[in-house]
Amino acid sequence: MEKNVILSLKNVSKTFPVGKSLFGKPKKFVHAVNNVSFDVYEGETFSIVGESGCGKSTTGRLINHLLIPDSGEVWFQGKEISKISQNEMRPIRKNMQMIFQDPAGSLNPRMRVSELIEEPLLIHTNMNASEREKVVNKLLKIVGLSDKHASRYPHEFSGGQKQRIGIARALTVNPQLVIADEPISALDVSIQAQVLNLLHKLQEEYKLTYVFISHDLSVVEMISDRIAVMYLGFVVETAPKEMLYQSPKHPYTEALLSAVPIPDPTLHKERIILEGDIPSTINLPKGCPFAARCSKSKPECLEKRPDTHEVEPGHFVACHLY
Amino acid sequence: MPQEILLSVKDLRTDFYSSKTSFVTAIQDVSFDIYRGEILGLVGESGCGKSVTSLSIMQLLKDTPGKIANGSAVLDGVNLIGASDAVIRDIRGGKMSMIFQEPMSALNPAMRIDKQMIETICLHQDLSKEQALAHAAEMLKKVGIPDPSRILKNYPHQLSGGMSQRVMIAMALSNDPKLLIADEPTTALDVTIQAQILDLMKKLQKEANSSILLITHDLGVVAEMCTRVIVMYAGKIVEMAPVEKLFANPSHPYTQGLIASVPKLGSGVKVLPSIPGSVPDLASMPSGCRFAPRCKYATDQCRTQEPQLVEIAKDQKCRCWLTQGE
Ligand SMILES: Nc1ncnc2c1ncn2[C@@H]1O[C@H](COP(=O)(O)OP(=O)(O)OP(=O)(O)O)[C@@H](O)[C@H]1O
Ligand SMILES: Nc1ncnc2c1ncn2[C@@H]1O[C@H](COP(=O)(O)OP(=O)(O)O)[C@@H](O)[C@H]1O
Ligand code: SF4
Ligand code: SF4
Ligand SMILES: [Mg+2]
Ligand SMILES: [Mg+2]
Repeated sequence: MEKNVILSLKNVSKTFPVGKSLFGKPKKFVHAVNNVSFDVYEGETFSIVGESGCGKSTTGRLINHLLIPDSGEVWFQGKEISKISQNEMRPIRKNMQMIFQDPAGSLNPRMRVSELIEEPLLIHTNMNASEREKVVNKLLKIVGLSDKHASRYPHEFSGGQKQRIGIARALTVNPQLVIADEPISALDVSIQAQVLNLLHKLQEEYKLTYVFISHDLSVVEMISDRIAVMYLGFVVETAPKEMLYQSPKHPYTEALLSAVPIPDPTLHKERIILEGDIPSTINLPKGCPFAARCSKSKPECLEKRPDTHEVEPGHFVACHLY
Repeated sequence: MPQEILLSVKDLRTDFYSSKTSFVTAIQDVSFDIYRGEILGLVGESGCGKSVTSLSIMQLLKDTPGKIANGSAVLDGVNLIGASDAVIRDIRGGKMSMIFQEPMSALNPAMRIDKQMIETICLHQDLSKEQALAHAAEMLKKVGIPDPSRILKNYPHQLSGGMSQRVMIAMALSNDPKLLIADEPTTALDVTIQAQILDLMKKLQKEANSSILLITHDLGVVAEMCTRVIVMYAGKIVEMAPVEKLFANPSHPYTQGLIASVPKLGSGVKVLPSIPGSVPDLASMPSGCRFAPRCKYATDQCRTQEPQLVEIAKDQKCRCWLTQGE
């Protein structure tokens, strides 16, 4: 089967200045995203996993042009978009929508649900009021709400319902790519499954491509086709789901998978307990970003950043062991 | 071996007042025992009353509009509910201590770690300052802090999340508590740090043969850590069972739905069963069974009469008409 690349990141890096010196020049930089490269194929769910602060959201915002990379390229549907103007970005953003973690914070509390959902239509189309209303009502139904809800305000909804509104809003303009940043993390356990199932259904119906950002490895296993694991702003491993979960190669991926508590008391798995904390992203380690916590590290690991190698077709690892 | 009861909670009810006369009831009919040497899990979704239960037991509602309306919580023969401030001060941080989701809320931001720890230790043990400091350093070492003397001189904001969580645990354990109440102790942490902390809590609990009430919304953590589990829904206990039984044979429809709706690593499923609807609001609890609006088995009886929590098998209690006939 022919696979089309819809999105491609090439050696993308992003730093943020922290603290200012006497002369107003920043003294230090947070290295949020370092030399990140990956391709996303049309119609797939590509997930980015990792622990807090590892650069997942920053990567999402770099894709969506909410942030401009310091270096590297972002290709979307055959066009390099990282250096274009906001004006040039506008028609492109129609094809690339975002869903956020905090369903409450991402919806304007003073706007009715109908206004929230039709806002992207006002920006991107010339539809008249009755056409827009039709779209809004259709979308409400698609995400499991009804037209009765259209005139209400966000605070009248539960967290799960708010997230449905956020999803409806992202779908108004028929995007091809949806970037979902921890879309279910703020929701109750019993509601998470509802929203996940909705995302799954919508993907099948509309052939959506998802970039799914999450720290929850069980959820990621369920919904992904391919996965990138990030640590300290670096992508350390990228692989199709089965390969990553059944034969993780990078020592960090191994530790991460083994740390996930499994809801089955009859299972007693051996855990890899990592020593220490995640290092600061202000002074990046010279060698492998994981070296300080890695039980397999060699002298070389402290000196030299590992390059990324393809260890089997589609399975990429950045580690001196390979 | 007969199990010895350490803490016995009976008919606990706590109300929150929005004005002098109007209130909502956050928890009701909460009764359970904690045995010596066990880790008892308390699970449920956000807002179901887990934290209110623990704050009520710890007598930590003073600065909230919350008031215990009914019930008792007897620890080693002393009823904590309504006990004098002096009695509570003596027990809290000593025989019984607590760790919270947000370590920063338990640590004083303006005080160095050494001073805070010495204060806690000297309040409950007859030690000199030097002895208390040495004990503090030893506790920090126990919780896996590599360089205690440096950390002791730090202020809380200088520590990472995992580090401050460990400091809080060290502080909570510094007086050998018989009971540790841990409210979402690892929810704010990353999985690899969570694995460290859980591993540590289990090890220390075994060493001291103490008891832990472990509050969490994460069924994976429950399966990993607990011997018995309490499930709460909308302010009430709906099921209570040994952990293997609860996962293999959940009897309350809510427990069944909850367990089914959690993705399990390695299970290979693409679509999960989900519980329809959402948790009811405290101010408008459904009549009859509180789960009825979301329950696929609900009958007219369920919608009008509330079931009680009754024993349905050895060590297993359930609040559902299905499991108890008329
Ligand atoms: N200070 C307060 N004032 C008013 N209502 C409160 C207060 N604290 C708790 N409540 C209410 O009591 C109920 C139970 O709260 P509690 O904090 O115990 O839930 P929880 O199960 O621990 O939730 P979470 O997992 O979100 O922490 C909730 O409906 C909550 O809104
Ligand atoms: N606007 C900003 N200013 C300074 N630092 C930032 C900013 N945004 C993100 N960072 C830092 O970049 C790193 C990666 O952040 P983020 O991508 O948000 O992580 P996460 O994986 O949790 O989503 C973190 O160290 C974070 O503190
Ligand atoms: S490069 Fe070395 S330190 Fe880094 S993960 Fe591989 S073995 Fe460990
Ligand atoms: S009592 Fe009825 S409504 Fe409630 S959980 Fe049992 S079957 Fe469902
Ligand atoms: Mg984030
Ligand atoms: Mg709580």
